[in-house]
Amino acid sequence: MDMTPGDLVTKLTARGVNVFYDDAHALKQVDLDIRAHEVTALIGPSGCGKSTFLRCLNRMNDLIEICRVEGDIRLDGEDIYDPAVDLVYLRARIGMVFQKPNPFPKSIYDNVAYGPKIHGLARSRGDMDEIVASSLERAGLWEEVKDRLEAPATGLSGGQQQRLCIARAIAVRPEVILMDEPCSSLDPIATARIEALIDELKQNFTIVVVTHSMQQAARVSQRTAFFHLGDLVEVGDTDTVFTKPVDPRTEAYISGRIG
Amino acid sequence: MTDPRQSPSVAILASLPRRRRAEARFRLYGIAAIGIALGFLILLIGAIGAQGVGAVTQAEIALDVTFEQSVLDPSGGRDPETLSTANYRAVVRAALGDIFPEAVRKRRDRRRLMELVSVGAAFELRRLVLEDPAVIGRTMRVWVPADDEVDMLLKGATARDSGRFTEKQLSWLDRLEAEGRIRSTFNWRFFSNGDSREPELAGILGAISGSFFALMTCLVLSFPLGVMAAIYLEEFAPRNRWTDLIEININNLAAVPSIVFGLLGLAVFLGLMGLARSAPLVGGMVLALMTLPTIIIVTRASLGAVPPSIREAAIGLGASRVQAMLHHTLPLAMPGIMTGTIIGMARALGELAPLIMIGMVAFIVDVPQGPLDPASALPVQIYIWADSPERAFAEKTAAAIIVLLAFLIVMNLTAVILRWRFERRW
Repeated sequence: MDMTPGDLVTKLTARGVNVFYDDAHALKQVDLDIRAHEVTALIGPSGCGKSTFLRCLNRMNDLIEICRVEGDIRLDGEDIYDPAVDLVYLRARIGMVFQKPNPFPKSIYDNVAYGPKIHGLARSRGDMDEIVASSLERAGLWEEVKDRLEAPATGLSGGQQQRLCIARAIAVRPEVILMDEPCSSLDPIATARIEALIDELKQNFTIVVVTHSMQQAARVSQRTAFFHLGDLVEVGDTDTVFTKPVDPRTEAYISGRIG
Repeated sequence: MTDPRQSPSVAILASLPRRRRAEARFRLYGIAAIGIALGFLILLIGAIGAQGVGAVTQAEIALDVTFEQSVLDPSGGRDPETLSTANYRAVVRAALGDIFPEAVRKRRDRRRLMELVSVGAAFELRRLVLEDPAVIGRTMRVWVPADDEVDMLLKGATARDSGRFTEKQLSWLDRLEAEGRIRSTFNWRFFSNGDSREPELAGILGAISGSFFALMTCLVLSFPLGVMAAIYLEEFAPRNRWTDLIEININNLAAVPSIVFGLLGLAVFLGLMGLARSAPLVGGMVLALMTLPTIIIVTRASLGAVPPSIREAAIGLGASRVQAMLHHTLPLAMPGIMTGTIIGMARALGELAPLIMIGMVAFIVDVPQGPLDPASALPVQIYIWADSPERAFAEKTAAAIIVLLAFLIVMNLTAVILRWRFERRW
């Protein structure tokens, strides 16, 4: 699939998704399409189910024993909850960046190289150097770390660590990148850098970003989905959602009355 | 506080001295507690050390030994069999007779004279002859170990008028001393011999190697089993009634008195499986049973202490659960696992009760060469010596305790260093 930006091709489709934590109904009948080469923002107050939905998309919820997912989620038309689906392959196609920067306590180089290494993407040390360098470059971190690739990743600042995590995710060359509140633990300057990065990355990747900052959603996303108490209340072009919301709950949230 | 309208700052200021005093008092209690604990520790180590230091030296007596061909090798064939069964006691007696010609006339005096040197003197002469048969027919000065009572007397642990020696024996000793035939040397026998009924010949090498083979068996069995069990339970097993039951049982097993494991070993390893009695192999198996729950618990705790975000990061990149565990969780948990294992091993090293149950408490002179040879262990040796009536065993007991403590300190120190060296921060 070779897409040029602007093509309105649906990458991921979710139909009738319900998620339960034991008996708690965390997501209710969610239907949502995520378009290729766009940034889709999932917004909503805490506990609304936006992170839960994000983690359904690469089946990270499988790790939570009490979590049960129902419904139909397709990546390029293939059911990702099909028992025949290989989770390793799925997660190689759908990468993830977490809320708190979580670099491995290894060197910067090893962090980026880990994904390509386990998937066998590099045929030689030179290949790997190339992948590491280009990934760090695309994550906007190369200039800062090129002289200390063997330094421990945990010595980087929070914003650098998060960009390293993004570099680590794109080193596997996924099709989709899921970001779970990637800036929530960062200061405004680091946040601005990550936002600029997200905007650039949509050229090559489909991006879904969960955020509780409406300004951030407005700045980086093309489409916005608003969740509230487990319901997908409204989804549409970001401009429309923020300027002419249809649902009163959306309006109340973006105007700061709930949440 | 009587005036409800009193400004809060006045009340706070009024309460400050009381709070400061309470805090100072509390700190004082803490320091006192540490001081008392340290005091007891110093007392303990000091008492044992003071008693054990005597075992470092051993009195020796110089004899001018004539290796008489007619006594040792009448046929002159230099047959090793003949040489090793020859009457070396007669050689010792003759050498003593050379020094005290007047004492060998009466049988009782001869016996009294022989009491001054160790039974081991004859063994020492045999060793010399077997090493080099050319000494036969020659006369040479040999330092042989003194009897343990003589050793005690020379160290001042026994008074001259204690009634343990006759007047004659005391005068002989004085003469030996005057002739420069008595010296005090480093007691290498303590570190190179196995157990013995004679305190001056008893050593801890047998016990050390018994403990070594038992601990190695214990480590080889309990470490892989424990770590694998813990990894499965912590990372892969579903949480249900069965795994809960297993977890509760493991925790209970960790608290079971060690003698119960000894009984189990006696019934299963010796009774059912018919393995060798007194063997370090069986001792190690019993100690492994005892250490296994500890290792499982420590490993689970170490794995659980690795932040879940690390595992999520790996899985989010497409690592399988085994890869995430092997590449990330386990290496990060390893210092904790090793620390726990070493501490478990240290506990096993000091364990006596289960070894008694499987017969490792036997009196064994030979130093074991492998895990199947009969052996004792360090705590067993301490127990046996502490139980022996000879006064000289008291200092051997203390010295053995010091050796055991030294091993424990080294092991615990290794654990601390490992933790300190490999501890990672995230």
